Amino acid sequence: MSGALPAGAPAAELAGGAPLLELTDVAVRFATGGGAVDAVRSVNLQLAAGEVLAVVGESGSGKSVTAMSLLGLLPRTAAVSGRAVLAGRDLYGLTAEELRRVRGNEIGMIFQEPMSALNPVLRIDDQLIEAIRVHRDLGRAQARDRATELLRLVELPDPARVLRSYPHELSGGQLQRVVIAMAVANEPKLLIADEPTTALDVTVQAEILELLRDLRSRLDTAILLITHDMGVVADLADRVVVMHDGEVIEQGDVHTIFNAPSQEYTRDLLGSVIALSAQPMEIDTVESAAEPVLRVRDLSVVYGKVRAADGVSFDIAPGEILGLVGESGSGKSTVAGAVTGLVKPTAGAVHFDGSDMNRADKALRRRIGVVFQDPASALNPRATIGDSIAEPLRLHRVLSGSALEDRVADLLRSVQLDPALGRRYPHELSGGQRQRACIARALALDPDLLVADEPTSALDVSVQARVLELILRLQDELGFACLFISHDLAVIERLANRVVVMHHGRIVETGPTASVLYAPQDAYTRRLIAAAPVADPVVQAARRQAWRAL
Amino acid sequence: MSDPLATTVRRAVWADWWTRLSALTVLLMIGLALAADLLVSLEGQSLRPDTSVLGPTGLPAEGPSADHWFGVEPLTGIDLFALVVHGARTSLLIGLAATVVAVLLGLLIGASAGYLGGWWDRIVGWTTDVIFGFPYLIFLIALSAVTPPSVPKPLLLVIVLGFFGWPRIARVVRAQTLTLTQRKFVAAARVMGAGPWHVFRTELLPNLWAPVIVVSTLSIPSMIGLEAALSFLGVGIQPPTASWGRTISTAIDYVEVDPLYLIFPGAALFLVTLGFNVVGDSVRDAIDPRSAGRI
Repeated sequence: MSGALPAGAPAAELAGGAPLLELTDVAVRFATGGGAVDAVRSVNLQLAAGEVLAVVGESGSGKSVTAMSLLGLLPRTAAVSGRAVLAGRDLYGLTAEELRRVRGNEIGMIFQEPMSALNPVLRIDDQLIEAIRVHRDLGRAQARDRATELLRLVELPDPARVLRSYPHELSGGQLQRVVIAMAVANEPKLLIADEPTTALDVTVQAEILELLRDLRSRLDTAILLITHDMGVVADLADRVVVMHDGEVIEQGDVHTIFNAPSQEYTRDLLGSVIALSAQPMEIDTVESAAEPVLRVRDLSVVYGKVRAADGVSFDIAPGEILGLVGESGSGKSTVAGAVTGLVKPTAGAVHFDGSDMNRADKALRRRIGVVFQDPASALNPRATIGDSIAEPLRLHRVLSGSALEDRVADLLRSVQLDPALGRRYPHELSGGQRQRACIARALALDPDLLVADEPTSALDVSVQARVLELILRLQDELGFACLFISHDLAVIERLANRVVVMHHGRIVETGPTASVLYAPQDAYTRRLIAAAPVADPVVQAARRQAWRAL
Repeated sequence: MSDPLATTVRRAVWADWWTRLSALTVLLMIGLALAADLLVSLEGQSLRPDTSVLGPTGLPAEGPSADHWFGVEPLTGIDLFALVVHGARTSLLIGLAATVVAVLLGLLIGASAGYLGGWWDRIVGWTTDVIFGFPYLIFLIALSAVTPPSVPKPLLLVIVLGFFGWPRIARVVRAQTLTLTQRKFVAAARVMGAGPWHVFRTELLPNLWAPVIVVSTLSIPSMIGLEAALSFLGVGIQPPTASWGRTISTAIDYVEVDPLYLIFPGAALFLVTLGFNVVGDSVRDAIDPRSAGRI
């Protein structure tokens, strides 16, 4: 495959077994107002030609900073030391001009958000042709041919139409393919992929991972994969580097890391991954003889021409956890909005304990609690945690004075937070602590129904599992019914008694969790379940085969 | 744990010697305004005309002295120090009161337009556009000319300046409210059953103070400047109430023979507007990091 390398590449060196990329004692220090912060400390790693190396870690582990330092894309406050040798040249020692020739030519970059990686006011052809002509002396017509060829390479159907389009006219998956086409335009030796599938739906993620795997074998490009998703690692990586707090904790072969990790931290990280189990879990079904607490009938919500929800009907029995699964744009958040009364239904009705939510009064609303996806957004930044939790109690004049303070302290304890945190402001808490505070607020009035809209997807892996356990334990103690919304099937499997699967605003399948996850009837549900990666390289390889067969 | 906003503002004002000096100037002017009567009686003077200190041509017989710290006014012999410190009282009172009126109107109108939206938002949008494009200086001059003298001029100025000042604040507040409403804590309050007033008071207002503090500290000097301009044109504060603008206007005629007459009230007006502007600017830099560091 050396023919794919650009002319002049030191092929002899690569053939001689020397690594393509070698990082020695890399450290990155940020100068901030309050002194220096060591974001990365003494990182050593190697990447061979054609190899996929996954750098995994939670937010703040330094994995992205390490990758960005290779391209000189760190802010000016960063001081980089050490050596990063790519095919015999130290990237840190290059001038701005030399570095520019490396970017996009020897190293290609794939970003997390394909929408923001492309210029929204330029058509795809202009951007792609520009990316080609920066490094190659080609005429416009030749560059256009090359662009078409690249779009075929990334398996985009109808390249001519894609070239004429503006970014907003393409879907997220198509855009990421365009970004990948740009990244491989000059057949780089190294691709840096920073969370390449995090912003994408799980069915699209599976396709993009398949494409990356295919490009790697066709172009013999090495891939430095930055991710927090162990399922993605298991799917794509040959070797794994685990980072924590700016340092490399462990590195090794993907099978070794997953099956016999030597470090405590790696074991914890893998242990906290919420993954689909190999065989059906025993999940109780709640007797639905009782009158349902929530009854949704033929609910439709139309925004302009878009039918966000289309004839949705389901019930939730008292004490039951109903999982609502769907990808972005499936209408699951719209349904949540209609249930909580934030969205007005265009047709159909939502009945809570026999009353229409559309005409809900304060007394009815206090019996529904809501937990949102991003706890940073769900807490008033200018209110203390205690005030935020006390707000529903004050609003409904349930308690006041010292009784109110006691209740807030009790609530904080029930979500396993120190009552002293009640005097802090949201920015002084971690993401997991904030989400616990949000749960305490939602449960302050002892609701009959808890609506949880993706409550763990903004959290780090190690925190997710504990927050889910907390919700389960509280549900067991307090016995509320729960509408649990998620795109993550593994999370749903942990919690839900029953599952509703939504696609394009409609319910495509509904049933007990075990039967939906392990014997799906609908074609879309089957694809959705098959596409979800599992954090085990061997199992994932088998699942990949099954997914391809679909 | 103290409120982060108060700490930010305090730090911003005390950040470097330049803003510290400006803040001290503002505080000094506020002190002069508050203690005007006391200071003038310490000096042993008042706002009464006194022709005995004037020469035969009506010009002051002598310059600043132990009796008259800034000298006296030509033709009337009124003590200039008394005019300047009482002028500070008028300027600050009108500047602050007009800003308070503008902020109250701007907050209520801007937040309700941003939160409620719909037809109310459209009406507010049109109204602010009209007021922004309105030739308000000419309107103010005409209005002052036709109002009966029984209406107290300071009150009229406060109401009119406040009325023309709210659209600026309402625009900022509306934009901020629109982004806040996207945040989930507002949705959380609505789900709890909170009405618009509760949402405004507990969710929006604490998050609106930061931009409101910035626009209002920058609005005070422009209000002071407007009052001085109107008084300069003779349609603002009328005698015997002291006003920098009016004193400056008369002093122009004597600038060659008695320059100090112009310099004292002019410097006072300059210092107070500069002080407020510098403090407002550094508070804005502290609260809105996007504007910091730009020179």
